[in-house]
Amino acid sequence: MTTKLMGQKVQRVEDQRFLRGQGRYVDDVASGQDVLHAAVLRSPHAHARILDIDVSKVLDVEGVHAVWTYDDLTGPMAEPLPLLIPHPALTHGRTQYALAKDEVNYAGEAVVFVVADDRYVAEDALDRIRVDYEVLPPVVGIPAARAADRLVHDDVPGNVGARLEQQVGDARAAIAQAPHRLTLDLTVERSSCQPLEGRGTVARWDPDLNRLQAWTSTQTSTGVRAAIAVKLQLDLGQVDVITPDVGGGFGVKINHPWPEELLVPLAAKTLGRTVKFTEDRREHFISTAHERGQVHHIEVGFDDDGRLLGLDVEFWHDHGAYTPYGLIVPIITSTQLLGPYKPQSYRVVFESLYTNTVMVTPYRGAGRPQGCYAMERTMDAIADYLDRDRTEVRAVNFIQPDEFPFDQGLVFQDGRELEYDSGDYPASLEKLKTLVGWDEFPAYQQELAAQGRRVGIGLACYVEGTGVGPYEGAHVHIETSGKVKVATGLTTQGQGHATVFAQLVADELGVRFEDVEVVTGDTRRMPYAVGTFASRAAVMSGSAIHLAAKRAREKVLKIAADALEVDELDLQISDGVVSVKGAPDSSIDLGTVSVLSNPLRYAFDEASKAATQFSVGDPGKPPVAEDDEPGLEGRDFYSPERATFASGMHAVVVETDPETAEVKILKYAVVHDCGNLINPMIVEGQIHGGVAQGVGGALYERMAYDESGQLLNASFMDFLMPYVTEVPDGIDIDHLETPSPLNPLGIKGAGEAGVIPSAAVFAAAIEDAERVALPGLTITAMPISPSDLFGLRATHRQESS
Amino acid sequence: MKPAPFDYRRPGSLTEAVAALAGEPGAKVLAGGQSLVPLLSMRLAAPSMLVDINGLPGLDTITADDTGVTIGALARHADVLASDEVRRVQPLVPMALAHVAHATIRNRGTTVGSLVHADAAAEMPVVLSLLGGSLDVEGPGGRRTVPAAELYVGPMECSVHHDEIAVSAHFPALAPGAGVAFDEVARRHGDYALVGAAALVDGKSVQVGYLSVADVPTVVDLSGVPDDRLGDVALEHLDPGDDIHATSDYRAQLVRVLTARVVRSAREGGAR
Amino acid sequence: MSEEQHDVVLTVNGTAHPVSVPARRLLSDALRHDLGLTGTHVGCEHGVCGACTVLLDGRPVRSCLLLAVSAQDGEIITVEGLANADGSLGPVQQAFLECHGLQCGFCTPGFLTTITAGLRDNPTPTHEEARDMIAGNLCRCTGYQNIVRAVERAAELARDGAPHAQVPHPPEPEAGQLEFEDRDDDNASTGLGA
Repeated sequence: MTTKLMGQKVQRVEDQRFLRGQGRYVDDVASGQDVLHAAVLRSPHAHARILDIDVSKVLDVEGVHAVWTYDDLTGPMAEPLPLLIPHPALTHGRTQYALAKDEVNYAGEAVVFVVADDRYVAEDALDRIRVDYEVLPPVVGIPAARAADRLVHDDVPGNVGARLEQQVGDARAAIAQAPHRLTLDLTVERSSCQPLEGRGTVARWDPDLNRLQAWTSTQTSTGVRAAIAVKLQLDLGQVDVITPDVGGGFGVKINHPWPEELLVPLAAKTLGRTVKFTEDRREHFISTAHERGQVHHIEVGFDDDGRLLGLDVEFWHDHGAYTPYGLIVPIITSTQLLGPYKPQSYRVVFESLYTNTVMVTPYRGAGRPQGCYAMERTMDAIADYLDRDRTEVRAVNFIQPDEFPFDQGLVFQDGRELEYDSGDYPASLEKLKTLVGWDEFPAYQQELAAQGRRVGIGLACYVEGTGVGPYEGAHVHIETSGKVKVATGLTTQGQGHATVFAQLVADELGVRFEDVEVVTGDTRRMPYAVGTFASRAAVMSGSAIHLAAKRAREKVLKIAADALEVDELDLQISDGVVSVKGAPDSSIDLGTVSVLSNPLRYAFDEASKAATQFSVGDPGKPPVAEDDEPGLEGRDFYSPERATFASGMHAVVVETDPETAEVKILKYAVVHDCGNLINPMIVEGQIHGGVAQGVGGALYERMAYDESGQLLNASFMDFLMPYVTEVPDGIDIDHLETPSPLNPLGIKGAGEAGVIPSAAVFAAAIEDAERVALPGLTITAMPISPSDLFGLRATHRQESS
Repeated sequence: MKPAPFDYRRPGSLTEAVAALAGEPGAKVLAGGQSLVPLLSMRLAAPSMLVDINGLPGLDTITADDTGVTIGALARHADVLASDEVRRVQPLVPMALAHVAHATIRNRGTTVGSLVHADAAAEMPVVLSLLGGSLDVEGPGGRRTVPAAELYVGPMECSVHHDEIAVSAHFPALAPGAGVAFDEVARRHGDYALVGAAALVDGKSVQVGYLSVADVPTVVDLSGVPDDRLGDVALEHLDPGDDIHATSDYRAQLVRVLTARVVRSAREGGAR
Repeated sequence: MSEEQHDVVLTVNGTAHPVSVPARRLLSDALRHDLGLTGTHVGCEHGVCGACTVLLDGRPVRSCLLLAVSAQDGEIITVEGLANADGSLGPVQQAFLECHGLQCGFCTPGFLTTITAGLRDNPTPTHEEARDMIAGNLCRCTGYQNIVRAVERAAELARDGAPHAQVPHPPEPEAGQLEFEDRDDDNASTGLGA
């Protein structure tokens, strides 16, 4: 009797190669082979016209094989890169060219592409290129973008790429008539994903097969494949994209195609050589993507209990110089801002603005952190105004367990209704209060205050729409060896997909976990796929794999029943062997079933010979039935009606230093609901990682642009990602599981949860600590450093006196 | 980020090393490389030649006696930090070294290299200044000793000539009855300090050295200053700057806080 | 005008590898591209992230901050040298597996080498010491909680006698002399004396 692996802390199969240093990341591909290396000359200016590019001196450098500017690009390559997700409200979307044409709009934009014997030589070549720029005054920051004294793109009035309004009910009227009203103005600054491995692409053109093979560190193999085919004018069928091991993505690798993802294949085809591009850390800072920068203006009307009668949110989203990913981030902010609450009326309007900075595409959370911050600061402000407990004010606004499915009346990022499928927010809150010791905290705070110490507590609640469509697919193949080969098209960046998906297959098929091998992100194995983002992989591919395994199981049972001359219902599968219930000697192993499924004329191995002891089928009918195919495979797709909504709540206790304003984390508690868990160890790992990124984003990380559009901290020295010393020593986690009714396994996504409430929860806790000594001190801008807090104290003291 | 090309010499003797430097105006010394190599990779520095002194024998000695601690050019921070002798003779050295970057960097970086690199944001230059130490350098004209007071002449600039190699640093011993302390505030563990302070208290004499609040390592004489005025008086001699990590007001606050802490701590140490 | 190549021998995981590299070739690149040992990863090339950490004469160092030519006299150990002779996982690796101490695996080799040396020097770390041991390495995926657990678990496994690669102690620095030699006597061929 095999134990079910669903819900088990199974050790990861990926670790066997990673721990031995045998991972194969993109820069490892073609190691030891004859490879040329690319480098890119990038604009040093945030906004400039290109007057002239002189590459004549490059040709003197030994080992240079190609130097390209925009003028060398033709056909589709000379057109702008695709605008991946159009939207009617995105009236002025703009994307860059693969190499800048006539102008550059951010410092870091690609201008010249060089291919050389190695990266050192390629960088030497870059040093010899002379570009004449006419520097133009840049637009930096939301205030400058809104003021629009200068434009990023001449044909985009007011620097406004899009304006989008959604509403339910009449929020403005409700606020005007409400017993109480508040206004909040909040800011969140930019951060970025910063996976430890940057981008990279390797490509090889095979003239004998007439095929292009590309490896790229991406979150969407099918997306890159389609882009390469279109831009290089190849048939889709001529292009293979293989996702190697990826050293983290966190969202930045969903954007595609990067210029290099096209230029490298083009170079491979043109030069007839394998070409590789691996970006360095500085390039990752200045030529990939950032996210999080928004300014919010909130007006809220509420009653004596803090119930939201009307919520009106206006915000301005800085999307940088280009909009390849459309309006996904601000749409998610708009919709997910509501969290677990049901305001009686809601209006949200945003403007998505251009600035001469690196473009903005999703970063773990993808707009939810900003929305959560806006909502939770509002809740805290209401509680403060009414002098009520912050959890009570929230509880009064919760969607109740018996109200699911709950339609918020808005359109979500997948173009579908924002309808929450399941959840239990009151239960989560109770668990969180117990976990962090919410009720006991005021006494603790008083006790420490008497000693001159400032401690504070904050909480934040969020809801996360996960598992968005349109679909994912899976292919399960039981080979004659008995091994099960599984493929799904989305990709992996550390989430342990090969392990969790193998758990699902082992359960469904009744095979040993060790006999299942999963491949992700390889268009040769599964060419129909969307990608890994929006915490969708477990839901989408997990469901598809489960369904595909079911189909394979059905075929197994059909053939086995025929071979063993019993009814299918009398059969069970365990450890890869099909046997009759109650008569274990009457059995057939999966490998043999696989042989039987493919009636070849020839027996190649022992397995095929052994299979001849069974006879299946009816000699009066064709060996392969009309509605059937040879082989033991299952293939299926999962396409949900709508997203499934995970949720969670975090609480943090901090201490602030009265002299230095340094912030110390004393306790961090998480209550998390992502439905049924496939592998709790992996889910917990995702939470740990998300919390760490959240700590970084709340207390340490921001993109420091100066007025000329230069990123001042384009390195790990000055962009402060947390080490172990900056994250809490231990995170208390409790789980709730409200299964999703929308997919066969009842699962919800878990990947982004840890980072969503961070800005909100730290702002709340620090504020709570400071108010011990400085009543009324309010935090509206995040992230907050000790220097920022010190300045806030000084301002507060001045204003109070 | 890959370095631009450079010639490379790995001399077997100090004389050879000096000659290589003297013969090539664009040459630089490579010892620990923890500060130099990133500059090369980012192409912020492009020397025509590196003179790698890691092969020179006998430069990794660490000695301690009544006069103080002498650290050879190739002694790694980690070895100096681990030396019980150094700790006994001049405890301020390990106190400050513990704040230099991370252990892995300290395994390769050299204390003498850090002193020559002359970064006002680094720990060891101001410790040398505070203690009145010196550098011994070898050049074409022979050996000379450069006292700390003459060493730091400008931002990231020390008075060691281009054709000289620092062969050892000397930190004077802690006098009986004197006390020392070191503290800094950084954003993350191991980062450069936003502000750092080192104190030497000997009887009535109170000297405090600062990092990250002036262009050059700066020592302020706070003898006779009342405790509640220490930081303010120090600030009269310092120039805390604004950058993306901290405002000058905040740095000034840290000067006040850290000055009080290190003076108090040094006094307690000396009282033992 | 092609660059001068330097013939050096890099001793890695016990094997001597003669290579011919330009002076500016970083050790991280030499390991990965000239020797094909791609287990050592490059995350930043400015010495901050620690993904490139290898052991040089038993001590963790940033291979991105070392020139290959400068490492010629040392014994280098990379992640590829940490497994047991029979290919099974050493205690640090095994602990990471058990504790889910890695996700994408990119930073992991740097942690493994650092911790291997750390536990050799301090086989019974306290919780604080375990945290301190990994305080110079960045991880973006795990949030460090399980890596700290892995350090503590590795210490347990090593104590219980789990087989592991012999990682040498760093050589003792030259014993300090009690007096200074006479500087006027400087021997031109040997610098500061024997």
